[in-house]
Amino acid sequence: MKKMKVRQIENGTVIDHIAAGKALYIAQLLHLVESSLFVIGSNLQSSKFGKKDIIKIENYNLSDAEKHSIALISPTASFIQIQDFEVVSKERAHIPDVIEYLIVCPNHKCITNIEVMSSRFVINKNNMSVRCAYCEKKYTVDEVKFKRLI
Amino acid sequence: MNNLISMRDLSKAEILQIVEVAEKIESGKLKVNIPDKVAALLFFEPSTRTLFSFDTAVKRLGGKTLIMTGTGNTSVKKGETFADTLQTISQYSDIIIMRSPTEGAARYASEVVEIPVINAGDGANQHPTQALLDLYSIKKTQGTLENLKIGVVGDLKFGRTVHSLCQALGEFNPKFYFASPSHLKMPGYILDDLDDRKIDWHEDRNMETFIDELDILYVTRIQKERFADVEDYNKVKGSYVLKKDMLDDVKPNFKVLHPLPRVDEIHTDVDDTQYAYYFPQARNGVFTRQAIISILLGEV
Repeated sequence: MKKMKVRQIENGTVIDHIAAGKALYIAQLLHLVESSLFVIGSNLQSSKFGKKDIIKIENYNLSDAEKHSIALISPTASFIQIQDFEVVSKERAHIPDVIEYLIVCPNHKCITNIEVMSSRFVINKNNMSVRCAYCEKKYTVDEVKFKRLI
Repeated sequence: MNNLISMRDLSKAEILQIVEVAEKIESGKLKVNIPDKVAALLFFEPSTRTLFSFDTAVKRLGGKTLIMTGTGNTSVKKGETFADTLQTISQYSDIIIMRSPTEGAARYASEVVEIPVINAGDGANQHPTQALLDLYSIKKTQGTLENLKIGVVGDLKFGRTVHSLCQALGEFNPKFYFASPSHLKMPGYILDDLDDRKIDWHEDRNMETFIDELDILYVTRIQKERFADVEDYNKVKGSYVLKKDMLDDVKPNFKVLHPLPRVDEIHTDVDDTQYAYYFPQARNGVFTRQAIISILLGEV
């Protein structure tokens, strides 16, 4: 039997195939340090991607918003649901065409940073850039900050 | 078309419709009369030309205007949310025409109120009616919008009018020629947009290398405030001033456009030449805005 480098979980969610180096950022975004039992594996060998990160979170289900944020940060990610140590579902990260609320516009003159309102970004999946629907400025995914999810 | 917020939202057909309606209004073939309509002109930052142009456009259509300038005496200053201010004003008016220093403010306004909103400039972002009056001026002087060679000179980094113009002309297979001081070049995201749309562009340090090839030269002001060092400003400013002696070999259909106000980037000796078109361009703004208001109010 293949020996696991990152311990199994009984119930919860595995976020697999995370781009190497992105797991800590995702863990921070999900507030895992404050409230969850979780393990992170970084720079693990991956037959598909060379290297990958993985997060296993005990007793945790990701919301759609969380999945969308993770998909933007690491489009290769996949989400695996675990019950009684068994895989019950698997899905690949899906990047939406438009993402509401989750991204903070880096433009401090943008209305979304002045009024109490939701941000909205249009996503270009070809080059992984995002454009603010309000101030229309374009950014790479690495240039924007995501709202910490509660 | 329910609002006019950004050139990005307009299809080629919608652009051509606005130009066509403006032509009909100017020639008198189309008469729009809106005596019962009230336009709220909310100008949260100073503007003389754009405000007067819109005010004139509404009045020429027979409508009435409510004008608010600045935020000093408004509820915005008293702590009312922007959304509440807009909702309230929309109860008194049929269309909102808004300028704001906040980027994206007009888009947000159009989502908050149920009446049409026209963006009269939102920070460094969009100024679509300026772009449309520029297109109308180009169409009037060249007879077409297709396949033209357009030079754009001056502050290309912060000049929202040139950004909107590039987007607007993108539908018409132009070739652009850009000339600006090195730190006021056209931003990468605009050039990326042009590349994505396979639009040909060329960048140079001065306009004299390409002026004789152009159909249109669009000049913008280089503001002293954009330079950290006055010496740097003094060094470059002369390189971007258009003078009469530079026009000796331009094409006969060549025209010079400028969004105004002009300071010294076009020498006054150009004013009397057949190529100067910046004052008629300002006049065209009224017809273009009449057209946009008429379309948004469902009168066309």
